[in-house]
This record gives sequence, C-alpha cells and structure tokens, in this order.
Amino acid sequence: MVAARVEIELDCRGMFCPLPIVQLKKATRTMKQGQVLRLLATDPSSVRDVPAWAGKTGNRVVETSEDSGVYTFVIEVS
Amino acid sequence: MSEKPKKMAIIVHSGTLDKLYPVFMLSSTGGAMDAEVHLFFTFWGLNAVKKGGLESAKLPGIMSVGTGMMRDKIKKVGVPSLPELLKMCRSTGKVKIYACSTTMAMMDVKKEELIPEVDEIVGAATFLDIAMDSDVQLFI
Repeated sequence: MVAARVEIELDCRGMFCPLPIVQLKKATRTMKQGQVLRLLATDPSSVRDVPAWAGKTGNRVVETSEDSGVYTFVIEVS
Repeated sequence: MSEKPKKMAIIVHSGTLDKLYPVFMLSSTGGAMDAEVHLFFTFWGLNAVKKGGLESAKLPGIMSVGTGMMRDKIKKVGVPSLPELLKMCRSTGKVKIYACSTTMAMMDVKKEELIPEVDEIVGAATFLDIAMDSDVQLFI
C-alpha cells in the first residue's frame, strides 16, 4: 500500500489558494521518483486543485479522504 | 512530465490591489503547475513593478479608502501580501517579468526605478511572439 510509504507530511491546514499548491510544488521538488507525500488541507478548493496540479506536473494522487473538514491526499512523486 | 509544458501569457494593465492579486495568484499557481508564465506590465500595471509599487497598491477609485481594511483582512486569513506572492512566483523559477518600453517612456520611468525581478524591457512584438505560442492568454 502506497500510503504506508509516506516519507513527508505537508500540513497546509488553514491555508487558502494558492498556498497549498505552491507549498506542494516546493516540497515535491526535492523528492525523488517513487517517494510518497501526505498533504493535509482544509481549503475546499484543494479537492479539485490537487488532482489538477498532479495531472499537469505528472505526479499521482493515490488516495484522497476527508475527515471533519480536513482533506488528506497521498501523492506519489513521478 | 505527462505532456508538453504549458505556457501562460498575461498582460498586466492594471495597477490596483484587486487586479494584482489575481495576477500573482494565477502566476504562482501556474509556476507550481510547471507552466512557463510570462507577465507583461504595461500602463498602470507598470507601477506594480516600480520599487515600492506592490507595497503601495490600492483598491480602485473611491474604494481606495478601504485599502487598509482589505489588507488587514487579507493578512488575517493568512493570504500572502503581494511582495510575498511575487517571491513565491520567482521561487518556482518559471515566472518571467517584462516591462513595457513605451509605457516607461510615456511615464518617464527609468530602468533603475524598476524592481530587480524585471527580467527584460520589451515591446509589443516580443510579448506577442510569446503570447501567440501560449496556452493561456489573459488581459488583467
């Protein structure tokens, strides 16, 4: 399971667009192919923004969940 | 990379706070999405790339009296200031800034008065050459 390989956790709770996406790019830039990051966000726009970002940057969202207003994304760097 | 890198071309014609925010939010996001972003600052937009310009940008017209309140609100919700957003744009390494040469002559602006982030002073043909080849073209 990919989620078991999470190496970096990025906490973007309380941040609004464009911050989570800019932080996500910053964090993944130093990561290697196959490494996994978990992003926590509360901005509802991240539900669509994160997959859109992944599609354009060639990364993969492998898991998405929501728990009382906190969205969790597991992203594998390609 | 899943596909050919995308290009964005934005003509920044306005120098007011409400218009500069979308410019820098879209540019920092575009850069983070691996797009090449080209910003052409012309007319009132040129004020934004003069030293101290981003710091002193106000709401337009009669709303300018509410600029302080708007800035406080922006800060309170944790949205970055315009200079901070510019820094984020530059940190992506994807956002290029051009100043319009004709506007500089018309408004008597010298190169030394511009912020160091300005990459080039160019004319319309140079920018259009980039814009014609772009996936996103905006006039703000």
